[in-house]
Amino acid sequence: MNTETENKTQEVISKKMRISGSEAVVRCLMAEGVDILYGYPGGAIMPVYDELYKFRDQIHHVLTRHEQGAAHAAQGYARISGRVGVAMATSGPGATNLITGIADAQIDSTPMVCITGQVPSHLLGSDAFQETDIVGISTPVTKWNHQVTKASEIPEVLAKAFYIAKSGRPGPVLVDITKDAQFGELDFEYKKCTGVRSYIPVPKTNPESVKAAAKLINSAKKPMIVWGQGIILGKAENELKAVVEKAGIPSAWTILGASAIPTSHPLNIGMVGMHGNYAPNKLTNECDVLIAIGMRFDDRVTGDLTKYAKQAKVIHFDIDPSEIDKNVKTDVAVIGDSKDSLAQLLPLLDAKSHDSWLQEFKDLYAIEFEQVIKDDLHPTKEGLTMGEVLKQINIESKGDAAIVSDVGQHQMIACRYSEFNLTKSNITSGGLGTMGFALPAAIGAKMAEPHREVVAIIGDGGFQMNIQELGTVFQQRTPVKIVVLNNEFLGMVRQWQQLFFDKRYASTEMTNPDFVAIAKGYHIQAKRITKREELADAVKEMIASKESYFLEVCVEKEDNVFPMVPSGASVSDIRLS
Amino acid sequence: MNEEIKTFTISIYTENNIGLLNRISAIFQRRHINIESLTTSQSEIDGVNRFVIVVNISESQAKKIVGQFQKQIEVIRAFYHTDEETIYTESCMFKIKSSLLFEEPQIQNIIKESNTRIVTVNKEFFVLEKSGRRNEIESLRRDLNVFGIMQFVRAGRIAVTKDEMKVTEMLLAFNNQ
Repeated sequence: MNTETENKTQEVISKKMRISGSEAVVRCLMAEGVDILYGYPGGAIMPVYDELYKFRDQIHHVLTRHEQGAAHAAQGYARISGRVGVAMATSGPGATNLITGIADAQIDSTPMVCITGQVPSHLLGSDAFQETDIVGISTPVTKWNHQVTKASEIPEVLAKAFYIAKSGRPGPVLVDITKDAQFGELDFEYKKCTGVRSYIPVPKTNPESVKAAAKLINSAKKPMIVWGQGIILGKAENELKAVVEKAGIPSAWTILGASAIPTSHPLNIGMVGMHGNYAPNKLTNECDVLIAIGMRFDDRVTGDLTKYAKQAKVIHFDIDPSEIDKNVKTDVAVIGDSKDSLAQLLPLLDAKSHDSWLQEFKDLYAIEFEQVIKDDLHPTKEGLTMGEVLKQINIESKGDAAIVSDVGQHQMIACRYSEFNLTKSNITSGGLGTMGFALPAAIGAKMAEPHREVVAIIGDGGFQMNIQELGTVFQQRTPVKIVVLNNEFLGMVRQWQQLFFDKRYASTEMTNPDFVAIAKGYHIQAKRITKREELADAVKEMIASKESYFLEVCVEKEDNVFPMVPSGASVSDIRLS
Repeated sequence: MNEEIKTFTISIYTENNIGLLNRISAIFQRRHINIESLTTSQSEIDGVNRFVIVVNISESQAKKIVGQFQKQIEVIRAFYHTDEETIYTESCMFKIKSSLLFEEPQIQNIIKESNTRIVTVNKEFFVLEKSGRRNEIESLRRDLNVFGIMQFVRAGRIAVTKDEMKVTEMLLAFNNQ
């Protein structure tokens, strides 16, 4: 929080007054330092919107074009800034439209507070107009949720909501507020929540477990680190880098861990997982100690669990005790905050380098380069590749851009080839794999960190899932850069159909509209390119633009993303073609 | 990975809040675990509820779902125990036609021998209550079924552990907050 926001917060907290529930909602948001929220009005949330109108100089409401867009925008805001993203919607369809974004935030541990309006409490359970049991519906996909039926409950519940959303392993919280609670009055006083008695957000690190981890790492001949988003969420980038460098351990990352250590770091050996790099996947089954930090052994990372790192002793650092032994049995579990645990680990580590072991990664990288990367980044065939577009974006943004990718082939290409100098630069839907994520998430990211270059990389399929948010880009004058890699296919599904379903392209070919005309219809600068010689200038023009910019790149129709660990196969059975 | 499926009693100490039952049942539902019985009531600690849930699962499943319960914001502590580690009982009620009590003297013998309690008797029916292990209740049901049962209801298992359940530690943690 900056000083100005802190002062505002103090001001809001110190005032004691009799106000409406809806005004209390707005004052609670301001007390939590919320400067932007995303949403869509409707009957059951109108009193809160009326208050937002009154406070419009202090808190900026962004009207998205769909509630799903609001939820993803709040996610983008949260992911780049580390602050809580806020989304608001009315009851019934407004609330249910938030669900995909909430589920996405839950599986990707994104701090988010969603506020929904609800029918008046006397109508609850009567199938009233636009009534749904949103608390029931959202229960499995929220960290916590609650329905407020009295105005007096609002401050305490919202304070609790923000505390739960951002503490420990973050996640989405939903607060449903009946219309009579919004109209009702209360004596307003706001106290930030500092604890919930049944909830231990950050378990204390046991020094013995850190010692055991250090002993194992010091004795390792072929250690390998796989870090995840827990590093970014725990603000442990520096601690991780110090551990990696002191112990000289080749280190790989999961899709959500990307950018915690710069791509160019000599011990950064690339991405693990289904479309990760060849070396870290292959050598997962050769390391003698596997050190997993802030990652949850997702099935996209492990492939066949019965063949995953069976030769290795496994050390698992995680803030969430329920992740330990959930998928992979560990030899040493270090439960706690990653920043704290790694800081404790560092002095216990021997300074080492594992040069010959690192060389094995480099040798496999050379194979991957020859067989895959060279053709992706320096193609000789006529059609444009997705990889060369990413390469050009790296050149123009100098590796400082935040890349917000949608879901599909282009996402894997973006994660594989983006150069990240700065942390929190890879914003993507990792766990849920939500098509339609990138455009609204990029809007949220750009608004949260206006000084950052934000480039959305989207496929032609995902773009059309939330294309309406171009309206939000235009209305808000959000200078996001939007790149649609158009191959006229649902590319990833088509790739699977080609490889595993005898090229039966069932419902994956897309007849697309004129995207440039649509973008221009929203008064956004737009260009389409189809040839290699147009690429460099077009990307240069896009990055140089001070305003939002839409670039459609017509890429090779049937390119595939390799390497690939086929679904259910072992990570060491990774294919290069 | 074919682990033995056993009967586990899951105990979950929680805040007394609306909606928790939903969260708890969703955890079973996602994993396709069928609940054999579920009882919830106030616990030995004021303001703290206790769920006692009986399921047939493997020990590693039990360990994982207890981790998931523990993760819920309003869950204070969760435990799992085998039958050997607990003392447990179930209760049930039978509603039977009053005329049978006099016409079938055998019923009176069954009541005596099984330590079953008569809760009420009126002109139309009488009600029996029995607490015990599932097999005792089932045996009684079989015996009475011969004569005709108007209504039968069995409550979920209630259980206490043989060993200390570290409730003291939990209380201390509460008081320190």
